[in-house]
Amino acid sequence: MECLPPQILRWFSDRGWSPHPHQMEMLARRNAPATLLIAPTGGGKTMAGFLPTLAELAEGTHEGLHTLYISPLKALAADIKRNLTQPVTEMGLPIRIEDRTGDTSAARKRRQRADPPHILLTTPESLALLISYDNSDHIFRGLQRVIVDEVHALAESKRGDQLMLALSRLQAICPGLRRVGLSATVDDPDALARRLARHPDPCEILQADPGPAPDITMLETSAAPPWAGGGAAYAIPAVLDQLRRHRTTLIFHNTRAQAEIFFHNLWLANDDALPIAIHHGSLDRTQRERVEAAMVRGDLRAVVCTGSLDLGIDWGDVDLVIQIGAPKNVKRLVQRIGRANHRYNAPSKALLVPANRFEVIECLAALEAARQGELDGAPLPPGPRDVLCQHILITACAGPFSSDALYGEVTTVGAYSDLPRCEFDACLEFCATGGYALRVYDQWQRLVQRPDGRWQLRDPRATLRIRMNLGTIQDTDTLKVRLKRSRGGKPLGEIEEGFAATLSPGDTFLIAGQIVRFEGLREMTVEVTRNAARKPKVATFNGTKFATSTQLSARILALLNQQGWPDLPQHTADWLTLQTQVSQMPRPGRLLVESFPHDGREHTCVYGFAGRNAQQTLGLLLTKRMEDLNLAPLGFVATDYATLIWGMEPTTDPKALLSLITLRRGLDGWLAENAVMKRTFRTVATIAGLIERNTPGQRKSGRQASFSSDILYDTLRKYDPDHLLLRITREEAQRGLVDFARIEEMMARVGDRVDHCQLARISPLAAPLLLEVGKVPIKGAGVERLMAREAEKLMQTSGLASLTQ
Amino acid sequence: MRATAQDMLPHGPTTGFDFTLSGARLCALGAGALWWPAQRTLVVSDLHLGKSDRVSRRTGVFLPPYETRDTLDRLQALINDLNPQSVICLGDTFDDDTAARNLPQADRTKLQGMMQGRRWIWVEGNHDPSPPALAGEALAEFNTPPLTFRHVAAQGTTGEISGHYHPKASLRGQSRPAFLLDRNRLILPAFGTYTGGLRCTDPALTSVMEHNALAILTGPVPLPRPVNG
Repeated sequence: MECLPPQILRWFSDRGWSPHPHQMEMLARRNAPATLLIAPTGGGKTMAGFLPTLAELAEGTHEGLHTLYISPLKALAADIKRNLTQPVTEMGLPIRIEDRTGDTSAARKRRQRADPPHILLTTPESLALLISYDNSDHIFRGLQRVIVDEVHALAESKRGDQLMLALSRLQAICPGLRRVGLSATVDDPDALARRLARHPDPCEILQADPGPAPDITMLETSAAPPWAGGGAAYAIPAVLDQLRRHRTTLIFHNTRAQAEIFFHNLWLANDDALPIAIHHGSLDRTQRERVEAAMVRGDLRAVVCTGSLDLGIDWGDVDLVIQIGAPKNVKRLVQRIGRANHRYNAPSKALLVPANRFEVIECLAALEAARQGELDGAPLPPGPRDVLCQHILITACAGPFSSDALYGEVTTVGAYSDLPRCEFDACLEFCATGGYALRVYDQWQRLVQRPDGRWQLRDPRATLRIRMNLGTIQDTDTLKVRLKRSRGGKPLGEIEEGFAATLSPGDTFLIAGQIVRFEGLREMTVEVTRNAARKPKVATFNGTKFATSTQLSARILALLNQQGWPDLPQHTADWLTLQTQVSQMPRPGRLLVESFPHDGREHTCVYGFAGRNAQQTLGLLLTKRMEDLNLAPLGFVATDYATLIWGMEPTTDPKALLSLITLRRGLDGWLAENAVMKRTFRTVATIAGLIERNTPGQRKSGRQASFSSDILYDTLRKYDPDHLLLRITREEAQRGLVDFARIEEMMARVGDRVDHCQLARISPLAAPLLLEVGKVPIKGAGVERLMAREAEKLMQTSGLASLTQ
Repeated sequence: MRATAQDMLPHGPTTGFDFTLSGARLCALGAGALWWPAQRTLVVSDLHLGKSDRVSRRTGVFLPPYETRDTLDRLQALINDLNPQSVICLGDTFDDDTAARNLPQADRTKLQGMMQGRRWIWVEGNHDPSPPALAGEALAEFNTPPLTFRHVAAQGTTGEISGHYHPKASLRGQSRPAFLLDRNRLILPAFGTYTGGLRCTDPALTSVMEHNALAILTGPVPLPRPVNG
């Protein structure tokens, strides 16, 4: 306790408080080069991170920036500023605290660069932008500590890789920089610690007392959940009942669309007019801020939300967390549950609400795993090279650099510590000349080597374009939604361009909790009017769709094979019983394949339990095989547990389809041409700087000036198949959206033990799949046939057919 | 306007959709070019050769520099199949005049090879107003009754073949480059590899085309559909 300055000690004692043990422990270890603190939400984690900073700044002798705090969310940075400024003011400490995010004004940012505060709260993107300025050395001179909040969330994304690359730059400027990571409970703390520390520095791990076990149950409703869908409308009365009995409830959803629909239904049933709000990433910032402020004031009884509220923002007195839909991942569930009851030593209270009948099983499995403290996770992949390409360009913006020195810095980043020099050089080459086999750009290289051997931008004006396109967050192109005749009025939010393209005037959809009618597109804005329709006609826009983890899938499979399902509600047990009577249950170590006709098409259902992404890939590979075998597949849909394929011809021999060798061969050929790869390429090419999201002046108008990134992908595949960006795309797709590893894991698990059930009609387990959204059409012979049929029909009905005879 | 099922080849780049415009029997090829069998004339529009060259000069972004090769290879394939007497390039053949000057030697040689032994007409476009430093005839527009070939469709004409707009159309959610056809005119899709498209329902196109115009989608088999409906 003696190392705390008197002002801080007095602040604690005046309130009758004493620092938590882990807060004091952080203070004791403050000179360690890297420390990872793992503590539950509400465990005073932030104070633990900042206490050493406050102690060091208490004397008021430090000049300039002392501590840099990085959070994954702008809102979190703003929240920490509020929560830190108050005690610092009360302690009477001479410390200036400011935040710097995408929302900070340009004037303020300029002033911060000239005269940095003691504590700067920022995001990975704003930090990357900071290090791109040629006076960044000046800003960071004197920097002592960096605190990375929610490091578990950052480490799983390219934002984390970008951040760690930026830290390697800072560490080169300030060799004595000490790093602190604050994390929620994770499955592999050692791996996270290696990512945080400068390689090969050691990283101490401090585990705070996790507190009492959470109180999680499945919500009991009188109504049975529906067969499919994610709306959970059936549970509205029971959820409202819970809201009435608690002070403040967070209602988590897995996707934005589900959150909108649920919120809408909740309002329709909210007869007591409880103050309930909605918060998700597609909403306009001012709308989100209004909700956040109301939450802090304690004005709200409930917030319907998505991952945008996943992270550790302190919203005040939350005493209940409700998870709508299966959590898909035990770790995320536990972290969300941690949002309830921010008082240390009080158990968090959470309710799971399955959205459909299969999710009853998923929720039960997740609940068991959470109670047993079995978190799931996948090993962290090596550092992505598209992010490295961007880092090289950012470094070039700040001034000339030596490739040797930069390579040295990059390999101090845990994720890049094994990066071979040749890979680094390939990234540098890509930034300099495009890295094409056909060398036509050598005459106007983007980066040129100076006589002293260092690299610099050929045209310094390029910094503008690089800075405009900085960052690794890949929002699909979105359009602002605005009420018609309210030009200058606040936008309601954003929808994806692809979704906007499907709308016709008169269509209704949900946004910001209200039903609106699509009126038309005006420039790049979607114009809508308010509409009183009770049921929105169209209601989809994508949010994140998580894949169920391997560990959770295994639990679900085990649960399905229980005798009599004693823990499952009667309605779900009845459904499973029916499945065993009509077909059979998928078994561990075996693969169930069902074939049946339905609605004029032949259907094949493969129960791989490999997670949504792998099941999706399986769908792509199997339909390719079926195309080769003239089964004329038309499309498929994948969930976490199965893939349902439909086409013109029945499947009679599933073993012929399901051979790992042919599947892998298919991966090389067919997969290269599919939309998943193209989407991955788009992301990689955008991060690496081949595709610009933003250009100086006007936004791309979507007219003939722009053409799809798919064309770039196809061209590269044809003429430069070993190009760096294609290599990165392949690697990422196999790991990420393609998830071939889980197909291989599944094939190893089932071997040749395939159970093929040929049924006269659809089975109870397969039926819900037909109602799933996200159907993938197959662009093969079947579709050409149907397109021709459709064209003919249109010609007939329009009367043009007779005209052209 | 008449159309009959085309039976040249069941599939492939020279599968076409036959129709008549101002008395001339024409064929819209699935590959995105127009074939006039009576005159043995092949028409392509908006090749935008050297697009990656221009983009790199203007923005410092290096697009894969293979679109010129790809475009010329596809044109070569059509010429090999059809052995035309004349080829008309309907403008915007080059992405700009500098791109035309910077045309790599291999591509220039390939182009010259194709031009060998046939009449070759460069109609000027808004991207390439000056004649290219290549053989062939450079014209503002080309008139050979009953047809007129120009880059941008003009008001109040008949028998007109043009390009410029890069039209595209969709069927069952699939959007593809498309020919637009009415009683008076035909607008060709862009043939170049790095070319985007403009929806055929865009006012820029609906103001040019008659209401009952057809869109003929390019692809393995060209597919006609009404633009409106």
